[in-house]
Amino acid sequence: MKFFRKHFYHFFFSFLFISYISYSLIVYFIGSGKYQKTLNTQALAGQLIWQQNNCQSCHQIYGLGGYMGPDLTNIMSDKNKGELYAKIIIRSGTQKMPKIDLNEEQIDQLIAFLKQVDESGKSGVNPENINYFGNYSLAQNSYE
Amino acid sequence: MNRVSFYLLRFSLILLITALCVGVAAAFVFFDTGFFNQFLPFYKLRPIHVTASIFWILTAAQGGVIYYLNDYYKLEHKQTLLIKASYFLWLLSIILILISFLSGKFGGREYWEFPPILAIPILLSWALFAIHFFKIILKNKGKKPVYIWMWSTGVVFFLLTYIEANLWQIPWFRENVIRDITVQWKANGAIVGSWNQLVYGTAFYLMAKIGEDENSAFNKKSFFFYFLGLTNLIFNWGHHTYNVPAATWVRDVSYVISMTEWILLINIMQNFKSKISEAKKFLNIIPYRFLLASEAWVFLNLILAILMSIPAINIYTHGTHITVAHAMGATIGINTMILFASLFFIFSKRDSNFSLINNKTITIFFWSANIALLFFWAALILAGITKGYYMVSLSQTFETAMQHVKPYLFIFSITGTILAFSLLVLSIVLLRAKIFSNNKA
Repeated sequence: MKFFRKHFYHFFFSFLFISYISYSLIVYFIGSGKYQKTLNTQALAGQLIWQQNNCQSCHQIYGLGGYMGPDLTNIMSDKNKGELYAKIIIRSGTQKMPKIDLNEEQIDQLIAFLKQVDESGKSGVNPENINYFGNYSLAQNSYE
Repeated sequence: MNRVSFYLLRFSLILLITALCVGVAAAFVFFDTGFFNQFLPFYKLRPIHVTASIFWILTAAQGGVIYYLNDYYKLEHKQTLLIKASYFLWLLSIILILISFLSGKFGGREYWEFPPILAIPILLSWALFAIHFFKIILKNKGKKPVYIWMWSTGVVFFLLTYIEANLWQIPWFRENVIRDITVQWKANGAIVGSWNQLVYGTAFYLMAKIGEDENSAFNKKSFFFYFLGLTNLIFNWGHHTYNVPAATWVRDVSYVISMTEWILLINIMQNFKSKISEAKKFLNIIPYRFLLASEAWVFLNLILAILMSIPAINIYTHGTHITVAHAMGATIGINTMILFASLFFIFSKRDSNFSLINNKTITIFFWSANIALLFFWAALILAGITKGYYMVSLSQTFETAMQHVKPYLFIFSITGTILAFSLLVLSIVLLRAKIFSNNKA
């Protein structure tokens, strides 16, 4: 008991450290919940194009990223935007967005990535889903 | 004399100046994007600003820790080969990162957008620093003060979370979009917690020295708050991903743990009276002023962080400028203020006249920085509330929301420029200190 008391801080740190490792593994293996789809080869290539052109500095996915341009999580299923709109913007740029130097194959890969992101869920949360605990359900996003 | 710690501290100031200048330019891009696109587009400016800011914090904290550790254990201030190699790699990789951004070479993720190959020297440099750090810690037996626990935690967890931030390079992690985003933001959330441990540990060390109260670094209350911070580092990252359709418990765990931050807030409120009498006693000491300012910013940011951690509020704040207000409040209001305290503390020891000569300049720009930051922070919160209201409550488009946000961004840019200028003057005052002119340790 004396030994335990003397080294209490070390024990508690070890406990938290083990918790960190365990929780990390749990998040890696089951944290994605029911969503088990994987990106296809084309979308994986598109994901790297997204990173190499630093799209995240201006755009968001699930509200994470820059603030200059709109969130692109659900741009593909947006009835006012969609694939053709996205392709035109990528090819020619806008007043705000510089033209990105990509060939047709790369544009298709980027579009494939955005399509699969779109299929993973909805970025916005409906305020009507908030419960008494200040939490909410993402049931409307189909994977919960 | 351990010159490496001074080299790191001076290099950190150059990084801060870079972050400030590029940050001001990036703020004005919102008003004339076309003009900036011709020379330095936003997608280049933002990573330079973010990287220079992050590495300012890490480098200044690292330099301080090396210096204080030598001071605490009364070691000879000699630079070892390990720490020299660590410094060389650190310097080289940061320069290469900035060059890669300027030449338009990216490839990484948020915060670490540089080509992933550059993650290797950063990791190696930190590992060498960690070996140097633990060689000293383990050689010296005995009960350790809380700040050494905090520094140790920061050193270890930066290494772990930085590796985690690079796990996306293994295809299994990135091929599932939800897993990918969850792991990426788990790492990014915890990595901030890890450098906070380094910086808050420094604040603790400084306060123990200024107040000549080493006992406070050993008492149970200090350790309680250290462990609370560590628990939040490990579990409280989920507010980044509340709206990501991952497993429900990811959000629940984070929500519950984040509510423990109320304890910190209540503690600050309880200590308010004693803080005032402490301030009366030490306000003439320059590092103390910066520490006091950081405590005020902890209070304000904590309120914001607690509110943002409530999912019902988070749906309005997520992806808005309120997140930026929180980030700026923490990096400038808390981290930068503590690191300035640390730099003024160390440099005053090396050049005893420089604080005295520059006292008036330091006082003026200390106040202008904090007042400008308050307006800058408030403008971002108002911008975020406006964006959240138009996009979530009124379901308006991004373009419409941004039209209403623009006036606040104008205030943000103007106050940001005043803030940057103030911090720039303080950095120049520090850079002009004659820290190599004598042989004091």
